Amino acid sequence: MDHRPQAWGRPRDDVYGAYDASYLQTTGPKTATQAPVVTGTSVIAIKFKDGVVMAADNLASYGSLARFTDVKRLRPFLSTSIVGFGGDVSDMQFLDRHLNELAIDEAYEHDHAETPSPSDDSTTTTQPPRGQLNAANLHKYLSKLMYRRRSDFDPLWNQILVAGLDSASKPFLASVDLRGTTFSSPSLATGFGAMLAQPIMRRFAATEEDAAKLTREQAVDVVKECMKVLFYRDARSLDRYSLAVVTKDGVELREDEQLEKQSWAFAERIRGYGTQTV
Amino acid sequence: MAAMFSQNPLMNGPNYSISDAPKEDAPEGARQHRFDPYTDNGGSTLAIAGDDFAVLAGDTRLTSGYSINSRHHPKLFKIGGTTADQKDATIVLSVVGFAADGEALKERLDTICKMYRYRHGKPMSVKACAQRLSTILYQKRFFPYYAHAILGGLDEEGKGAVYSYDPVGSYEREQCRAGGAAASLIMPFLDNQVNFKNQYTPNSGEGHALQERERRPLTRGEVEVLVKDAFDGAVERHIEVGDGLQIMVITQNGIEEVLLPLKKD
Repeated sequence: MDHRPQAWGRPRDDVYGAYDASYLQTTGPKTATQAPVVTGTSVIAIKFKDGVVMAADNLASYGSLARFTDVKRLRPFLSTSIVGFGGDVSDMQFLDRHLNELAIDEAYEHDHAETPSPSDDSTTTTQPPRGQLNAANLHKYLSKLMYRRRSDFDPLWNQILVAGLDSASKPFLASVDLRGTTFSSPSLATGFGAMLAQPIMRRFAATEEDAAKLTREQAVDVVKECMKVLFYRDARSLDRYSLAVVTKDGVELREDEQLEKQSWAFAERIRGYGTQTV
Repeated sequence: MAAMFSQNPLMNGPNYSISDAPKEDAPEGARQHRFDPYTDNGGSTLAIAGDDFAVLAGDTRLTSGYSINSRHHPKLFKIGGTTADQKDATIVLSVVGFAADGEALKERLDTICKMYRYRHGKPMSVKACAQRLSTILYQKRFFPYYAHAILGGLDEEGKGAVYSYDPVGSYEREQCRAGGAAASLIMPFLDNQVNFKNQYTPNSGEGHALQERERRPLTRGEVEVLVKDAFDGAVERHIEVGDGLQIMVITQNGIEEVLLPLKKD
């Protein structure tokens, strides 16, 4: 008998040959995304009087290649909130599946908790019943998820905007990124939008009070203007985009908007880039 | 070498428009994580202990790089109240550094203080809370919360108490402390104005015989002026500080909170 306890219960080397150590786990944590591959660019959003407007173009880039031109990067949640994804598209799809599952679980939970009486068939409003997850709850959930993943060194490579209403039915807009950093502001933008769109949006909604004076039409116009500026200057952007408006009446999402009234006249005056010498 | 100048993403690897583009690979052989779990979100905090009060303050700007993410992101939190609105809280925590870690730290300390209250039927003392916070920080010694925490409250005798921490839990009770991006700008100012460092009584002697100005506890009015001046100075000289000034004053009667404007440039 082999007197070494380390050898007990193991396949005998003289019968099976030495164990191939390469099957053993290598050290280091398990990781998925170490770098983003197929990416979406900016997501922008601005609050107004009774809700939030959000937009993102329909492009998924592979580096500088415009790889997929019909990718929906705004996802509605429980018809109460909108989630906009910038960054890695596969991580976005993972999160989207996860959120769909959560939405289904929530819907079942809620049906059990509150069985409507047979006579009560006038509840046709799209407003979420109390107790259902609102945008603030959803943002907290996503921020915990993202922070956990970064702490496991297995980040989801996204910056996410969450829009909807909070528990006091006030417009809610907040962001969470791949490190779990969260913040909120009357207007928000990810990626290139933080440089190009955010200054424009802040002209119209510098403070919460300013945002509370904006009408829905004004907010939509500002967002459309910003999408245009982004298309002018962001090389990884597209002129087809999704636009969502979320209010107490639910989510209105149009996923095939086309940029209107573009003017490239400004391009004539640009000097200093490329090969032209004058 | 040719691949360096190639426009082909398959050869170069993809290029990115988002800010967290992966860095160059490590030198050959050494494989390292390309993901950096930390960032610095700027901002500054300060705390001053008085005779029967403690003042904590922090700006409300949240940055990443040269961008301002939010102009209203508070760094001061009431800790250990009975409910979520923290109406009956007696302790204030300020965190500055990496915002996500700060948030996680605050939530852990708050739940621990709430559990203590439910179990013992009384709020936690600042002294106990301060020791517990140190333990929380040290528990993550090898993957630290990247935040400079300052805890404020009133001690058992009703005197103002300020405890300051490093990211791994070393802590000390102090008269005053500045933390965060502009700490190196504010701290010497506080040394001079709160602890009267480098202040001497005129004509009291020559060289080493010169008498130091005698220390006395500051009044609440004096402290509030110091806090505002400290932040006005920091805003002027540090780009990551600005937008709003959140001040919390802890007294026998509870916690008073004010929000003042700072320069937004």
